[in-house]
Amino acid sequence: MALTYDDIQQRLTEKFGAELTDFEMPYEMLTFTAPKTLNLKVLQFLYDDLNFQFLTDLTGVHYPDRKGAELAVVYHLHNLVDNIRLRMKVFTDIQDPKVYTATALFATANWMERETYDFFGIEFTGHPNLTRILNVPEMDYFPMRKEYPLEDQTRIDKDDEMFGRG
Amino acid sequence: MPEGYSGQGFFATSFDKVIGMARKNSIWPLPFATSCCGIEFMATMGAHYDLARFGAERLGFTPRQCDLLMVMGTIAKKMGPVLREVYLQMAEPRWVLAVGACASSGGIFDSYSVLQGIDQIIPVDVYVPGCPPRPEAILDGIIKVQELIGQESLRRRHSERYKELLNSYGIA
Repeated sequence: MALTYDDIQQRLTEKFGAELTDFEMPYEMLTFTAPKTLNLKVLQFLYDDLNFQFLTDLTGVHYPDRKGAELAVVYHLHNLVDNIRLRMKVFTDIQDPKVYTATALFATANWMERETYDFFGIEFTGHPNLTRILNVPEMDYFPMRKEYPLEDQTRIDKDDEMFGRG
Repeated sequence: MPEGYSGQGFFATSFDKVIGMARKNSIWPLPFATSCCGIEFMATMGAHYDLARFGAERLGFTPRQCDLLMVMGTIAKKMGPVLREVYLQMAEPRWVLAVGACASSGGIFDSYSVLQGIDQIIPVDVYVPGCPPRPEAILDGIIKVQELIGQESLRRRHSERYKELLNSYGIA
C-alpha cells in the first residue's frame, strides 16, 4: 500500500500532536509548519520512519507583515521509495534569525543553508561553515529580504546622471 | 599610409607613426566573453563579418600575449576581481574595449549583484553600445580602437597623466 498524504499527516500528528500546524495542500503538495525548535526532530522522524531521505530544496522566504515570524525556512523533501514529496516550513523572528542546521542529516543542506544565509540572513546554528556562497564576501546586507525599495536609494555604484535620476 | 616623405624606392616618416601603424594592424584581442555579447563576437570572428580583415585574426587566450581586452557581457561583482587580475596581467601597451550595455554600464541588470560598468575597476578605451551590439557595431568599436592605437604617442604610457589614470584605479 503506497504512502498517501493522509497517512503522512496522521503519522505526524500521532508523533508530534498539536505542535505541527497549518496542514495545507497548495499545488497538491502536503505543506505544514513546524516550530523552529523542533525542525530537526521532525526531519529525523520523516527520514527514519517515513523514508523522506532526499532534501530536494531548502530556501528562505521573507514575510515582512508577519510580526515575530518574518522569516521562513522551507524544506522540500522527497520520499524516493513511494515517490511522494512534501514541504515543511519553519518560521523565525527576524530579530533572532537562528534555526538549527540540517547538515548532520542531509549533507546537501550545507550549500543550500549557506545560500539561504547569504540572501536572507538566516543563521543556521551548528553549520560547519556559514559564509556567503554566491555574493561577494564584503556584502553587508541580505539582498532577498523585502526591506528595500525596488530601486535602492542608498546605492553609490550607479552614476545617477546617466540614468535620469540625478 | 602615414604622413611622410617618399621618393624612388624610399619612404621616410617618424617612428611613432610606423609603430602606430604596425600596432593597429596587428591587434591581438583577448576575448572575455560572459554572455550574449560573446555570441555576437563569435559571429564577428566568423567568415561573414571576419574580424581578421582588420589584422586581428589571432586571438590570444592568455592575457600576457594580448593587446586588447574585449569585455563582452555582464560582469557580476564577484567576477570583478577576476577581470581586474586579467587586466593586470596584460603587458603595456594595452587597450580595453567594453562591448555591450552590461560591460559599459551594467545594462538592464540594475542589481545588487552586477558591476555597474567595468570602468569602475579598470580603465576603458572604447565603449560599444547595444544589447547586444550587432557584429557591425563590434567592428566599429575595433576600428575606433585602431584609430586610438594608430595615433597614440609612444610616450603616452610614461606620461604623468596616464600614471594618474592608473592610480585612480589603484593600479601602480
